[in-house]
Amino acid sequence: MRELHALLLRAARFELGRRASALAQVRGEDREDLALQAADDAFVAIMGKLDGFRGESRFSTWAYKFALYEAAVRVRRRAWQHREVVLDPALWPALGDHADGPAARHERAELLTAIRELIGSALTPHQREVLVALTIQDVPIDVLAERLGSTRGALYKALHDARRALRSHLAAAGHDLAWIA
Amino acid sequence: MTHRDPEPILRRLLGPAGPETTCDACFEQLDVYVDREVLLGDAEQAMPALAAHLRGCPACAEDHASLLAIAREAGATPG
Repeated sequence: MRELHALLLRAARFELGRRASALAQVRGEDREDLALQAADDAFVAIMGKLDGFRGESRFSTWAYKFALYEAAVRVRRRAWQHREVVLDPALWPALGDHADGPAARHERAELLTAIRELIGSALTPHQREVLVALTIQDVPIDVLAERLGSTRGALYKALHDARRALRSHLAAAGHDLAWIA
Repeated sequence: MTHRDPEPILRRLLGPAGPETTCDACFEQLDVYVDREVLLGDAEQAMPALAAHLRGCPACAEDHASLLAIAREAGATPG
């Protein structure tokens, strides 16, 4: 049990180290506290799911994922704790000059314009908010779930349905989407 | 507002085309996927729906990148 907790703590510290830039404002001892919380919660989750480990992966890989997940959620929430999530479908990115040439640039810009119109006409208000927050505003999905009182799974389903509706309308309007695998 | 390359934005807006798993199913299978990557090198072919989800979900893609990094650090020893 002690070995398992040590393994989880190592994974949590590993994750916090990878995301150090997002935790620039967090003091070292608070960071260690975050790692301990993540390891503790991962330990509890694992104790409840030990029967579910079927040996299809290494036990260490299976165990690590719980600690990494707990640590990553804490990092994302901490990084956004003082940031307001503004659910505004009118927010829209300005395009850079990075496409392959004038023709490609024109095609991409046209597609983006069509998507913008479809977001207003083909999606439900909830799909619209979720799509814009996750794909344009780069709000992490678990931060959005916390703010909306929802779950990561429910929000991803809304995103998936919104994307499917956009693809379907774009294809019906004759847009070529084959290049997006 | 900063200027951004349209192509990644289009990919994010429209997502992957093929069938994909949910976030919950992704978490359930992520360790198997990662060990297939590290030990067998056939994860994407063996688990295409999970691979598609990783292209569509930034949070799961981050979780995947971390698990892959720590699993690689642990080496390619089975068991």
